[in-house]
Amino acid sequence: MPDKKPDLIDQNLQDLNDDGVDRRGFLKCMAWAGTGLVWTMSGGIPVSGAFAKSYGKGAGKAGDFTFVQISDSHIGFNKPANPDVTATLQTAINKINAMPQKPDFIIHTGDLSQLSKPSEFDTLDQALKGASAKQIYFVPGEHDMLSDNGEQFLERYGKGTKGTGWYSFDHKGVHFVGLVNVANLKAGGMGSLGHEQLEWLEDDLHGRSASTPIVLFAHIPLWTIYPDWGWGTDDSEQALSYVKRFGSVTVLNGHIHQIMQKVEGKVSFHTAMSTAFPQPAPGTAPSAGPMKVPAEQLQSVLGVTDVNYLVSGRSLAIVDSPLGSTGA
Amino acid sequence: MKSKNLYLATFTTTAVIAIVLLLAAGLPAESASGQPPTTTTEIKIDNFSFGPQTVTVPVGATVTWINHDDIPHTSASTEGLFKSKAMDTEDKFSYTFTKAGTYSYYCTIHPKMTGTVLVK
Repeated sequence: MPDKKPDLIDQNLQDLNDDGVDRRGFLKCMAWAGTGLVWTMSGGIPVSGAFAKSYGKGAGKAGDFTFVQISDSHIGFNKPANPDVTATLQTAINKINAMPQKPDFIIHTGDLSQLSKPSEFDTLDQALKGASAKQIYFVPGEHDMLSDNGEQFLERYGKGTKGTGWYSFDHKGVHFVGLVNVANLKAGGMGSLGHEQLEWLEDDLHGRSASTPIVLFAHIPLWTIYPDWGWGTDDSEQALSYVKRFGSVTVLNGHIHQIMQKVEGKVSFHTAMSTAFPQPAPGTAPSAGPMKVPAEQLQSVLGVTDVNYLVSGRSLAIVDSPLGSTGA
Repeated sequence: MKSKNLYLATFTTTAVIAIVLLLAAGLPAESASGQPPTTTTEIKIDNFSFGPQTVTVPVGATVTWINHDDIPHTSASTEGLFKSKAMDTEDKFSYTFTKAGTYSYYCTIHPKMTGTVLVK
């Protein structure tokens, strides 16, 4: 990542992190994302290891599975930062299809479309038909809410969901919760879950064994990354308090179009790259929004995330792969 | 006879033309269509912000938001008085303020973007 304003980055990291991840650690994470080095959670303690070694051999144990997170496809966007977002989405799908271990399903963490247009959702659906994983779970981004508060989105992707589109499901012993924090946003605020959804979440988690691995996914980050740009959720603290007692919690988000990771106790947070266009690092540009990079670099700042659940350690290993890299 | 008839015809034609000309001269000039053009106050949207963030306009004024950003935005009153559709780049939205007051608005997609229209 270009280091144009080191002081600002340091300050931001200091402000954002009282969790021990300093600038050096942050930059290390960025390098890991490019090489596919795994940063696994094992009982809440991060343990690094070469991905191919640890996963490839041990794969196949009953209960082990893998799924993929993609985000921010923004179908319909056609400005200089990426004139063909459908093509880069296709590259992402090809990358998923080339993964040695077929993912059980795909999670799309929102901003499927640019303007909530039916044609944009149609194009996305068409492209995803070619993915190796046929089960796809969605949560909306703010760009998917532009036609009558997300009616279009709910019609297409909201079957069985509640309220503005929240839901949960279980897969091989892992409990997944899709949350919506892009509806009814208040002036001057950031993302918002709302009272009704929080009540539902508390109820949904009630009574579950603390050893159940939990995965929360929502569009806007559920931790405060950069309030000035709206990169956070006003009432996420309450949501996180409900998962505090669990032994393994993974939070997957999108919205910021770059990888950010944080570990806080037994909760590991991860934001994914977009398949459409990158955004600037916090505070390094006048505002958030599409960031133009030289054409030959575009594939390196877009990507997909492979998440591997290993029963033995009840751990989820998160591996980010830029579109331009070879191998998973 | 012939010359008398010719005289009469010429006189009548001349008279008719004269009357027509007189009538034409008397007709009022076509009025200008409507009122003089109304000026609209423009608020430019760029880099995730409204510029100027605060505008002051007289009662009855029209404010037009125009999006120069490369991402869509909206303009919505915090009191629910108006709400634009999503404006893509170069799209516009106008609202006429008929009552004095302070009107807060924001972008419903990126709620950190806020602005005020003061109507005096």
